[in-house]
Amino acid sequence: MSEIVTFTIDGRRISAEAGQTILAAAQACGIYIPRLCHKDGLTPVGGCRVCTVRVNGRPASACTQPVAAGIVVDNDTEELRSWRRQIVEMLFVEGNHFCMFCEKSGNCELQALAYRFGITAPRYPYLWPKRDVDASHPDIILDRNRCIMCGRCERTSRDLDGKSVFGFVERGIHKTLAVNADARLADTDLDLTDQAVNACPVGAILKKRTAYRTPVGQRQFDREPIGTSVETRAKLTIDGGEPR
Amino acid sequence: MSKPRLATCSLAGCFGCHMSILDIDERILELAEVIQFHKSPITDIKTFTEHCRIGLVEGGCANEENVEVLRAFRRNCDILVSMGDCATMGGIPALRNFVEIEECLREAYVDGPSTHNPDGVIPRDIELPLLLDKVRPAHEVVRMDYFLPGCPPSADTIWAAVTALLSESPVDLPYPLVKYD
Repeated sequence: MSEIVTFTIDGRRISAEAGQTILAAAQACGIYIPRLCHKDGLTPVGGCRVCTVRVNGRPASACTQPVAAGIVVDNDTEELRSWRRQIVEMLFVEGNHFCMFCEKSGNCELQALAYRFGITAPRYPYLWPKRDVDASHPDIILDRNRCIMCGRCERTSRDLDGKSVFGFVERGIHKTLAVNADARLADTDLDLTDQAVNACPVGAILKKRTAYRTPVGQRQFDREPIGTSVETRAKLTIDGGEPR
Repeated sequence: MSKPRLATCSLAGCFGCHMSILDIDERILELAEVIQFHKSPITDIKTFTEHCRIGLVEGGCANEENVEVLRAFRRNCDILVSMGDCATMGGIPALRNFVEIEECLREAYVDGPSTHNPDGVIPRDIELPLLLDKVRPAHEVVRMDYFLPGCPPSADTIWAAVTALLSESPVDLPYPLVKYD
């Protein structure tokens, strides 16, 4: 059994296993730290910075930073909420996010974070980049307009599917999601059953012929903010419900 | 004391947000008790003759006429509200932002599959407002005070916002009322 360390998040005492990330330790205690590029089961990379917390006063990404005894973590402060809001707003203006006709709307993690943060409009000017759509694959569509470069598909394909279908080319604002360097999705061995197909937090990778099946009002984030399941699990425990 | 005035307009929009205003159903009678509709498609008043408390703006700016109307709204309304996705982010009209404007006009008036235009004339008349290079959300043209996203924002969203503004309390929409679709 590994060593147990104790530390605080927003003043609340937390116990965690040494080596656990702050994000995982917080989640186990019912504290939701918002994140986009991290998904349970993947190796964290700390790319999107939405999970930024302050550790002993210094900003760090909670998905990569390991816990340590006695650290003081700030998570739900006005400053950190403001940073997270701004990251999400920048992602909205940097791509082409037309929620009104997007198949992912209601189940989209980017949109859900914006809802959770109460964003009604981004404060930055829209960039309207020209991006490609790859509809060559018989079962899967890749719409780069909606890609936020989180790399979840890349890591899932490589680490879980053992295929490395996706990768990134170029740098900075020119960075785009590539398929086997410079091919079409149809030329890859990507399969409908690959976990990478379900890894996308936004509507960039979608299964064909599955759109708009769930009525508005019953989609994942229509009624409850993203992270609610993490937070209510803790409430059950506090209220004397079933232990985690 | 006279009732506060409310103005509405549809710029580069589809009037869907105005349909959503009508979708408040019988509450529109309640609204008519406490406000007076001024310049609006509902009254057909074309120009501002009096100052308004609230202006609801549907649609973004696709041409110079949209810009002119929006600026008139800014001058004549205390509180300006971006109503709907077109006003807050450009919406469907902004899909043309990925195509050069010349190509857009050629497709619409010359090359379109159902177009009959043997002389290849693209309409250009002093009566017609010039298109902007890109469709802009309202807040990239004038300062906007509040944003109601949605395509359209639900009747409950519009009702919650307007009643809050009339009672001079902050517009604090509950979670289910902020939607981008």
